[in-house]
Amino acid sequence: MQIIQPHYHAIARTTQDYERMAMSGVVAVCEPAFWAGFDRRYPETFLDYFEQISEFEPTRAAQYGIRHFCWVAVNPKEAENSELTQEVLRAMPKFLEKPTCLGVGETGLHKSTPKEFKALQAHVEMAMEHDQLVLIHTPHLSDKAHGTKKTLEVLKEMDVDPSRIWIDHVEENTIESVLDAGYWAGMTLYPVTKCSPRRAVDLLEKYGNERLLVNSSADWGPSDPFTLQECILEYRSRGHSTQEAIEIFHNNPCRFLGQNPKWDIEPIQLITAETV
Amino acid sequence: MLSPQQILDTYYLEARRDLLEIAALLDRYDAAVEREATPITDENAKLTMMRQALSQLSETNSPSTTRTADLLELFATLKA
Repeated sequence: MQIIQPHYHAIARTTQDYERMAMSGVVAVCEPAFWAGFDRRYPETFLDYFEQISEFEPTRAAQYGIRHFCWVAVNPKEAENSELTQEVLRAMPKFLEKPTCLGVGETGLHKSTPKEFKALQAHVEMAMEHDQLVLIHTPHLSDKAHGTKKTLEVLKEMDVDPSRIWIDHVEENTIESVLDAGYWAGMTLYPVTKCSPRRAVDLLEKYGNERLLVNSSADWGPSDPFTLQECILEYRSRGHSTQEAIEIFHNNPCRFLGQNPKWDIEPIQLITAETV
Repeated sequence: MLSPQQILDTYYLEARRDLLEIAALLDRYDAAVEREATPITDENAKLTMMRQALSQLSETNSPSTTRTADLLELFATLKA
């Protein structure tokens, strides 16, 4: 089965990930810009990072036949540094023009501070001005429900097209508000602190597969890109067909990301030899 | 050995994850019951066992270091 990993932090992973993902059917990964584990001090550090994910990572992934796409943004944690955020934002448009850059992300909220609100608004405004998709991170653990509510409030005040915005890391207590408002919702599979593969399948069974994405967001912390395959196995073991799995784990990323013309991977439909 | 605070700091998130998995299992069960639209005449023994285990764990009356052994004894009463 062909799989798309819509949220994956390649720079924090070894090449062995690519090899094993390729062997398990992954055909494309998308890498949003994120927090490096420490607060960067210089705008130039971000620009080098954007170069890395827009120029170098596609070549590393290509060695294993995997397409690599990216997103650029100042993540919510570092958005507390307003001056740095503004300088990076000023430099971002040239990266949005890169052939593998799909949009602005991951922006969003971390502790829902006034500076984070301002940075989120600035990122979304830039995306709308440049006709870009947006990927929005929602906070961790006990900050999630409040942060998601605040994110939706910020977006409601802006002139946005919800179908071009993906709000990530939803869980049982936040998914409904995101879908009801018309946005795409992403479920992130983490071993401990986010959704589990089984819970993600529960949500897929409850809400159907419209405007839903599943990803591992594998990074430098406790995470595993193969939670995505674990989720597919769980989904299939509950009796869902291969085509239904393809709709969620391949075609839905194509539907959302395909709103950017740089994304050229088409949804796929299984056909049997008899129907050819 | 770890202090009481260190134990909570070390294992809280994993316990949180495990409790969420149990909650999800119970939600999954209830959704299946609703979907199949068949009245449950007698509660499944496995479900009863889980509820009893959760009830035992929620008792906070006195310090105890035998909760795990007690649950194993409880689960041992379930006939295959």
